[in-house]
Amino acid sequence: MYRYDQYDQAMVDARVAEFRDQVSRRLAGRMTDDQFKPLRLKNGLYLQLHAYMLRVAIPYGTLNSRQMRKLAQIARTYDRGYGHFTTRQNIQYNWIRLEDAPDILGDLAKVEMHDIQTSGESIRNISADQFAGAAADEIMDPRPWCELIRQMTSFMPEFSYLPRKFKIAVIASKADRAALRWHDFALRIVRNDAGETGFEVFAGGGMGRTPFIAFRIREFLPTNEIFAYLQAVLRVWNRHARRDNIHKQRMKILVHELGEKEFARQVEAEHAGFLARGANFPQAEYDRIAEFFAPPPFEQGLNDDIDLADPEFAAWAERQVVAHKAPGYAIANISLKPVGGIPGDISAEQMDVVADLAERYSFDELRATHSQNLVLPHVRKADLPAIWRALRDCGLADANLDLATDLIACPGLDYCSLANARSIPVAQKIAARFADAERQARIGELKIKISGCINACGHHHAGNIGILGVDRKGIENYQLLLGGSGDAETSQARIAGPGFDEDGIVDAVEKATELYLRQREDGERFIDTYRRIGMEPFKEAIYG
Amino acid sequence: MKIITGNNLRSGAVVWWTGYDWSLHVEDSIDVGEHAEAVIQREEGAQRVNGAHAVEATRDEDGVRPAHIKDRIRALGPTVRPDLTLKPADPAVGNWVI
Repeated sequence: MYRYDQYDQAMVDARVAEFRDQVSRRLAGRMTDDQFKPLRLKNGLYLQLHAYMLRVAIPYGTLNSRQMRKLAQIARTYDRGYGHFTTRQNIQYNWIRLEDAPDILGDLAKVEMHDIQTSGESIRNISADQFAGAAADEIMDPRPWCELIRQMTSFMPEFSYLPRKFKIAVIASKADRAALRWHDFALRIVRNDAGETGFEVFAGGGMGRTPFIAFRIREFLPTNEIFAYLQAVLRVWNRHARRDNIHKQRMKILVHELGEKEFARQVEAEHAGFLARGANFPQAEYDRIAEFFAPPPFEQGLNDDIDLADPEFAAWAERQVVAHKAPGYAIANISLKPVGGIPGDISAEQMDVVADLAERYSFDELRATHSQNLVLPHVRKADLPAIWRALRDCGLADANLDLATDLIACPGLDYCSLANARSIPVAQKIAARFADAERQARIGELKIKISGCINACGHHHAGNIGILGVDRKGIENYQLLLGGSGDAETSQARIAGPGFDEDGIVDAVEKATELYLRQREDGERFIDTYRRIGMEPFKEAIYG
Repeated sequence: MKIITGNNLRSGAVVWWTGYDWSLHVEDSIDVGEHAEAVIQREEGAQRVNGAHAVEATRDEDGVRPAHIKDRIRALGPTVRPDLTLKPADPAVGNWVI
């Protein structure tokens, strides 16, 4: 993985010192809240319902054991013993004191971490396939591109005061594990007929109150034109963006209002201008970064079998283990969705266990996923039983990847000042209803995503079953949406009908799954059946 | 009744105006009636609390209860972590907000 050079470290250290000064001035009363708020947000420090919340960047979801242990230490020292992995592959702490924030940033900097651009009108943490560098189906590791774009865009003045936040994702496989087209700007690494590597480029996606799926703006962009192209996109957006209306500032709104064709025309014209002026691609910097992502020294000649004699282990392995590109190796998914737990939450003690496992078994690498789980990306198949035992002993061995209890849920009204309704209790009730392993297996892949407000941090627009919490005159109410997806056939979920109370929404989810089980044909997932039969039978089953 | 709440500048903790200071406990709140704006302005100047604002509430034999669920959750803590609320000994404490 990428390691800081002296320039990276100097920039992050300078940022810590700057923020320490800003915090001290605020605490001394030399700065008002209005003056301080944009500064703290630039450092990922929000003020939520119960305390300050600090969001820490995990670039493209990759971290090592030293970093994970530091996250555990921060949870113990400055928070209340746990952290929360988010749908942007970041981690959040819910109980931070303002006066501790500079020390936390200092601690993060010691392990090459920061919270820069985890909030505000900037390019947010660039996300990637959580299996990058390990997936059997990828063309190449997409993370060097993520890192290069991160470096290019961090602190760049033109990108520091964008009209609104801007989210980028990069993947390198046909399978989409990063909800690519739900991003403002998204890249899929592809090869053309001549065997050249380039990007398939998408623009104008996003969730929130006005969801749009990104459209394909370029079928093939040579890799060495990526900076010019990204800059062209941002420049067109900057030129036209409705900075006067917060609900119309995202780039997706501009794309919608200008139209895809006109937006693309302006981007291409701007891009051509950049190329004509001799925009240079920093090949040497790319090469330097790419070296950090060279595959680890996989052992040759390993046994490719997994001993499934223990039925408990077999159940876990069959669900949580994914094919790796190196013979004898596997990708092990760690569920942060225990039934009765809080999706994405992990205790400091569990973080330490996971860090130990990464160090011992996975070439010191970990991944955070946008589905609020963790991944050990490079483990020997022979080590899987030992890994499972360690996870089981600390409560992290649930076998529910992509099943009904693997729900995504935002913090909701239990923590978030923007939320209108609680998400977590709904997630917990649904998980309890579907807890039976046999039932989950019978239902198969089912992606349930819950947001506590229209900002859609719980990705309800992309849920096979999406749930949106709303406020009905001070009473929590939940809308049911069906048919969303963040995979390669991206689709936007549609509202099924009138909303429900907390227990009613759980019943509605159950009715939808029962209809699916009655209607499905061989090999169909929930989303396949929905696409084949449409909304009406589901409405009839739920409301009829 | 009208009560005033905000977040402590240093800790971010939810606090409630008692008439002369800020308390972590909503039951210490007083009815500020028509004086909310004056209190808020004065306290903003003191810079001890962020985002001071008035909310509606009722008082009965069980104490002060904010009218809106968001403020009740602010007063209590996360309903999904009773151990982290102001009443950690009561596992059913979350029912108070509903």
